[in-house]
Amino acid sequence: MRLLGSDLGCIRGGRTVLSGLGFTVSAGEALVVLGPNGVGKSTLLRLVAGLVRRSKGELSLEGGDSELSIGEQAHYLGHLDALKPSLTVRENLTFWSRYLGGSAEPQVVLAAVGLDGIAELPAAYLSAGQRRRLSVARLLAVRRPLWLLDEPTSALDTNAQTALAGFMADHLAGGGLILAAAHGPIGLRAPRELRLGGSS
Amino acid sequence: MTALIALLVRDMRLAIRVGGGAPIGVLFFLIVVTLTPFAIGPDLALLARIGPAILWLGALLASLLALDRLVAADLEDGSLDLILTAGVPLELAVAVKAVAHWLTTGLPLVVAAPLLGLLLNLDPAATGAVALTLLAGTPALTFIGLIGAAVTVTLRRGGLLLAILVLPLTIPVLIFGVAAANAAIVGPMPFATPFTILCGIALLSIVAGTFAAAAALRHAME
Repeated sequence: MRLLGSDLGCIRGGRTVLSGLGFTVSAGEALVVLGPNGVGKSTLLRLVAGLVRRSKGELSLEGGDSELSIGEQAHYLGHLDALKPSLTVRENLTFWSRYLGGSAEPQVVLAAVGLDGIAELPAAYLSAGQRRRLSVARLLAVRRPLWLLDEPTSALDTNAQTALAGFMADHLAGGGLILAAAHGPIGLRAPRELRLGGSS
Repeated sequence: MTALIALLVRDMRLAIRVGGGAPIGVLFFLIVVTLTPFAIGPDLALLARIGPAILWLGALLASLLALDRLVAADLEDGSLDLILTAGVPLELAVAVKAVAHWLTTGLPLVVAAPLLGLLLNLDPAATGAVALTLLAGTPALTFIGLIGAAVTVTLRRGGLLLAILVLPLTIPVLIFGVAAANAAIVGPMPFATPFTILCGIALLSIVAGTFAAAAALRHAME
C-alpha cells in the first residue's frame, strides 16, 4: 500500500496555502511534515483526509480499497478531539468505534491508553492529556491503514508519549502508514521528513 | 446501519443529559400556552376558538429553541470531521441527527399538547385533532429548521439569524396545520383535505431539508 501525492495545491480564502507539493508514504513507513506555523501542515493533513478540497494535483492510495475514499481509510487526529462532555469516557469511545465501523472491545482499548479506571467518568472532567489519550484510543479501536496525526504528542505526558510511540510502531509494523505534522520528534525511530516552507 | 443507530442513540443521549436542549422546548411550550389565557382574559368561547392556533404557534416557537446547537456543536468540537470520514453519506447522517432531534424535542410537544388543550378549553375531539396535526407537522418544522441550522453553522450566535431564516419557511406548515385542526373542530371543510396537504409538506420538507442541509454543511467545511 502506498500513499502518493503529486503537485498538490490548495487555496484557502484566496491565499495559496500549498502549491507544487509531492510526497509518497509506503506501507510501514512514517512521514513527518515539519515547518513553521501557518505553513500548511494541518491543511495538508486535512487535504489528504478529504476535509479540504485540493485545487490542484493528484492524490491516491495505491493498494487501498477502491470503493472507499482516502478519508474513509484514514484516521484523522486533529486539534479538536470530537468528545462530548456529557457522555462518559466509555460512551464517547463506543460511539466513535461503532460509527467508524470498529469492533474492538472498548474496555481493552481504554486499558491500553490507561483510561480504564475512569471509564464511567463524564468526559467533561478529563484533563487535556486524558482527552488526547481518549482520541488516540479511537485509532486503536477501529483498524484503518492510514493515520493522519496533527501534532499527536501535544498535551501528552512522557509516559503517554512513550505509549503513543509504541502504538505507532505497532501500526507501522502491521503495514500501516503514518503522515504526521509536528514541531519536534514524536517518538518514531528515524522517520522520513518533509519540510514545508522556509529552507526547503 | 450500526453507525446510524449509534449516531441516533448518541444524539438522543446528548439531548436528554445536562446541557442538552430536550426539556427546554416543552417547558417553553408550556409557558407560552399558559400565558395566553392570562393575556386574553377569561373568555372561554374565544379561547376555544383560537386554541389550535395558540398551540401551533407555541409548538413552532418551541421547536426552534434547541435547533442552533443541532449541527454547530458537532462542527465546533471536530465531530463533523470524523463524521465525514466515516463512510456514511452526510445526507443520512444529518437526517438521523434531525430524527434524534425530533424524537427528543418534537415528539414531547405532541405529547404535551393534549394536556395544554385543557388550559385553552378545547374539547377532547379538538385536542385530538390538534395533537394529530402536530404529529404530522413537527417533523416538517424540524427538517426545515435543519436547513437553517446547517446554513448558519459557521456563525457565532447564529441562533437569531436561524429563527429569522426559518420562520418564514414554516408559514405553509402553520397554515395547513391550523386549518386542519379547525376543520376538525368547526368545519365546514373536511379534515382530510388540509391534513393531507400538511402530510405532503412534511414529506417534502424531510427530503429537501436533508439534501439542502448536507449541501450547506459541505460548503461550510470548505
